[in-house]
Amino acid sequence: MRRRTTVSQAVIAAVVFALAVFCLAPMLMVLMTSFATERAITINGYTLWPSEWSGEAYRRMFNSVSRVPKAYWVTIRATLAGTFIAVVISYCAGYTLACPQCGLRNGLALYFYITMIFSAGLVPWYMVNRALGLTDNIWALIVPSLMFSPFNMYLVRNFLRGVPDSLRESGLIDGAGETRIAFMIYLPLAAPVLATITLFYAIAYWNNYFNAVMLVNNADYYPLQMLLFNIQSELSMISNMMTGVSLTPPKESFKMATSIITIGPIILVYPFLQRYFIKGMVVGAVKG
Amino acid sequence: MAEAAVGAVGKQRAHRLGPRGVIRELARNRALYLLVLPAVLYTFVYGYITLPYMAIAFEKFNFRTGILSQWVGLKNFQYFFKSTWAATVTRNTLILNFLFIVIVYVSSIVLALLLNEVRAKRFLKVSQTVMLFPYFISWVVVSYMLQGLLNTSTGLLNRIIAGLGGEAVSFYSTPGYWYVILILLRVWKYIGWTSVIYLSVITGIDGSLFEAAYIDGAGRLQSVLYITLPLLLPTASILTLMEVGRIFYGDFSMFYAIIRDNGSLMPVAEVIDTYVYRTFKLTGNPSLSMAVGMYQSLVGFALVFGSNALVNKLYPEGALF
Repeated sequence: MRRRTTVSQAVIAAVVFALAVFCLAPMLMVLMTSFATERAITINGYTLWPSEWSGEAYRRMFNSVSRVPKAYWVTIRATLAGTFIAVVISYCAGYTLACPQCGLRNGLALYFYITMIFSAGLVPWYMVNRALGLTDNIWALIVPSLMFSPFNMYLVRNFLRGVPDSLRESGLIDGAGETRIAFMIYLPLAAPVLATITLFYAIAYWNNYFNAVMLVNNADYYPLQMLLFNIQSELSMISNMMTGVSLTPPKESFKMATSIITIGPIILVYPFLQRYFIKGMVVGAVKG
Repeated sequence: MAEAAVGAVGKQRAHRLGPRGVIRELARNRALYLLVLPAVLYTFVYGYITLPYMAIAFEKFNFRTGILSQWVGLKNFQYFFKSTWAATVTRNTLILNFLFIVIVYVSSIVLALLLNEVRAKRFLKVSQTVMLFPYFISWVVVSYMLQGLLNTSTGLLNRIIAGLGGEAVSFYSTPGYWYVILILLRVWKYIGWTSVIYLSVITGIDGSLFEAAYIDGAGRLQSVLYITLPLLLPTASILTLMEVGRIFYGDFSMFYAIIRDNGSLMPVAEVIDTYVYRTFKLTGNPSLSMAVGMYQSLVGFALVFGSNALVNKLYPEGALF
């Protein structure tokens, strides 16, 4: 029954193709320019196919004075630690809120809901972080804002609600405690939703520069995004330290190469991301 | 989500428990409450302990005296609302968010309908993958990509303009272009994402509806207009309505990465969130910043609450809370 003219199919395909190009071309330009020589950029501008190729920007990024490797390490640590803690907190909270035995679960839901619709804003947030000593250290990148999202907790709760309660009962009969049931019986079942929230948290950590803008002045604790944000100062530092070595420090290509390096891991895990993001978003958005 | 959080609160036993009952309940299910404790503490620190600090809006803040600084009443609010910034940042936040929402909404629906018609599976998969990609890229990277396109001398767009015989445009000092640029960026980043969600709604539609329509002689276009669209619109609209609730909150990560401290673009691209940041961090006036933040929190609260109540009424399943 799904027959239709090939003409309309072709038009639709052409429109979709054009949109795909619109989405991809600018990033392709970034990738290509990261491999261009500075001279080629000055003469021909940013292009999709540089006239002169060079890997100089990437070599620069990993030389001895560059802070890129250090920032990379900061981001990796913050992302791994933060995501792990955040997923554990969200799973545990979601489990309790999904549990029919929890008599206070409506009160708890209200308690979380209030903070989702009313927030005190930036200044109090900053004051609290300062009071907690969350400035100029790695925890400033891990704890504030990112370590727990009620939205992700609700995703877990909604998922666990779909699991038959008889599982818990049989666990209780077999003598398992609530914690054991949560981690030995329900945790493996929740793998899909855990994958989804893991990715939500990981992307939020990886792409975050706000915490660093607000709370980190010491460049030793700059995450990758913050270093990239401040790349101008990084560039002048590198060229100051390298005077005499190279006459034209690759400025533009260095920016582009750092951008590419920044999204590198995302491209690597992208196939998984895509699958679970769609799944999770559909659960969260449509059935939420 | 709706019933658990709001609707049912009054009715269920959670509220009927007195202080004694609560303690007994906590003791009986202590393992359960231990599990939720980290989330409760975290939310307490960032959601509740922060509230008293809002008093700073009525003070002349001093880091030494902290929250007990000198009381000045509504002075900070008066200062803000008398300045031209009040109108500028409110207008920019509302207009830009409104345009973002409407244009992403419409274009994503159109794209989802188009994707649904694509029969070549492989092509569909590849184009979806490509269009979803921008969603994962940080705004900082996007800002450099944009510079690569718009730079006056080396930007790809200006090279194309020059190639066509035009004169290079100095985008970063011409505010007039920026509503369009920001909207295009928004569409670029979110169209793939939003349309994938919409597409999943479409694929969830009962296939027998289309069969019945086909038997009754409906064409492709007719079944899109009379089946797909009417069934997609409620969900899509509700998702969008939730965003409308957040219309008073600008996307700081987006605006600050792209506009930064470029004064010539501020008349069109300074939003409440970047202004709050600027008055706090760059001009160093926490009290003024807090006053503006409180204005945002209160109006924003009314809007979120209102839109959520509306969603709850129209379509309880779709409410976020």
